Amino acid sequence: MIAAIGIRVRLGRKAVLHGVDFAARPGEVTAIVGPNGSGKTTLMRALTGEVDYAGRVEIGGRDIRAAKGWELAARRAVLPQATTLAFPFTVVEVVRMGLMTGAHGDDAALPSRALAEVGLAGYEGRFFQELSGGEQQRAHLARVLVQVWQPVDDGGPRWLLLDEPVSSLDIAHQLEVMEIVASYARRGGGVVAVMHDLNLTALHADRIAVMQQGCLRAFGPPAEVMTDAILSEVYGCRLRVSAAPAGPAPFVLPHCAAPG
Amino acid sequence: MAADATLAAPLADRRPRARRATVGLAVFLAVVSVASLAIGASGTSLRGALATLATGGELSQMERVVLWDIRMPRLALGILVGAALAVSGAVMQGLFRNPLADPGLVGVSAGAGLGAITAIVLGGLLPAAVIASVGTWAVPVAAFLGGWASVLVLYRVSTRRGRTSVATMLLAGIALGALAGAVSGILVYMADDRQLRDLTFWGLGSLAGASWAKVAVAGPMILLAVGASLLLGRGLNGLAMGEATAHHLGIDVQRLKNGAILTVAAATGAAVAVSGGIGFVGIVVPHMLRLATGPDHTHLLLNSALLGAALLLLADVIARVIIAPAELPIGIVTAVLGAPVFLWILLRRRGMVDL
Repeated sequence: MIAAIGIRVRLGRKAVLHGVDFAARPGEVTAIVGPNGSGKTTLMRALTGEVDYAGRVEIGGRDIRAAKGWELAARRAVLPQATTLAFPFTVVEVVRMGLMTGAHGDDAALPSRALAEVGLAGYEGRFFQELSGGEQQRAHLARVLVQVWQPVDDGGPRWLLLDEPVSSLDIAHQLEVMEIVASYARRGGGVVAVMHDLNLTALHADRIAVMQQGCLRAFGPPAEVMTDAILSEVYGCRLRVSAAPAGPAPFVLPHCAAPG
Repeated sequence: MAADATLAAPLADRRPRARRATVGLAVFLAVVSVASLAIGASGTSLRGALATLATGGELSQMERVVLWDIRMPRLALGILVGAALAVSGAVMQGLFRNPLADPGLVGVSAGAGLGAITAIVLGGLLPAAVIASVGTWAVPVAAFLGGWASVLVLYRVSTRRGRTSVATMLLAGIALGALAGAVSGILVYMADDRQLRDLTFWGLGSLAGASWAKVAVAGPMILLAVGASLLLGRGLNGLAMGEATAHHLGIDVQRLKNGAILTVAAATGAAVAVSGGIGFVGIVVPHMLRLATGPDHTHLLLNSALLGAALLLLADVIARVIIAPAELPIGIVTAVLGAPVFLWILLRRRGMVDL
């Protein structure tokens, strides 16, 4: 369980989060959605300890402020929205950095398996900086997967914290990555993902947190949270939620939206 | 896809190549060391001396002085200073996350130099008892403190939210270097004749004044710094992706940065204290190795120490023979060879470096 209690964050003089309570369960994909500037990435950064926050964040009942960096690294891996790489590392050298925590020893085969999983088999020897944006994003996902390869270990469930994991991917790879993420949760791990695409979120998330102006506006399963009223209010435009004929997941068609 | 895989294969794992490079560089260093002992302005021959020793004979006074008191400490000092400069460069580049950081270029050597000059000039003002107790350590310790202050200021100025701006770093380095140079200039004016002689010898950037006393002073500090740097490898690899990601990988970023800054200050300070400002070793050596075996710091740091030591000895041999019997300050040799390499890195990476 990842629990955040009363999270307040100020960036400079501006209050960005005003007391957010949030929880994510292992075995589920928990998505954080909301319009630009609503505080979703800031909430993620509080969960990972990247920003100073008031309140309390726990992973598996443990306050992350009291945990050492390597202890946290063994429990959760973090995929940032954008990463820079200073030197000409190859793809496999970047992915291998996920092994640094030592949780999987120096399993030489793991990086290649992770790369195959994200659809980058055979990319090991390429220079990371020469990959396209989407390929870089998937290579980083492979690095993150390598860090917490087993969804559950002796210390309990492990976590993937992903900030917009599919933002620069084409639709095929979006589906592929969301499937990897959902499968990680099905095998007992926990996933928290900041998401931009409402439909992908509806398809793959078990629980959705909707952020609005630094507060948590709604929190629950897709069918409860993705309603005309909530989404139209939060995003400030008229949105109509429909249900796909094949399943319960709701969807939003931009064709049916109108500026509020 | 299959073609890609075979094309990529040689690059996929560069670690074996890096390990072979370590062995090769150690051999190279050994060869250059022998050359450094054998070559010099006097006609003393290493082979002759070894033959005498092998047959149980006594070395002549001349042979003992030239080999044991002049060439041997010079060899030891060359190895120490070369390793220190190259490792300082590699660690600084890792810390600042860009290949243009170098103690000589961004004012750290100047800061260390200011520390050393302060110790030489103002040291004369201290009571004799204090001087006696600090002794030969005053200059290297002051150089260490000067270097440390410079790296700290530089890092604070050029790094914001875990991102280092290359432009700010280079410009701040110029300012720091100019400031340290100016204060050093004032101190030189205050120096008396004897101190001035010390300063001139010291400022040339040379191994010419090598002595066992200098080896004893610089040796422990440099060996400690180079040894400590080898523990930073994994951390610096993670840091290449930024401070936040390094933290998420389980690296204690603050400790890593403190360790890196202390290492650079100690290695640069000790090197500057005994050999003055020898430039470009710290930028050329790690760059050559990154081209050959990749940027992985777990082998880059050790290999930098070996290649730095070997290249500085080689530059020293060139400096000794090129206008024999006089000798060129080694700083001139390293600058002539190193400055073009620096320009080449700058041009080639202009698009990639965050200028």
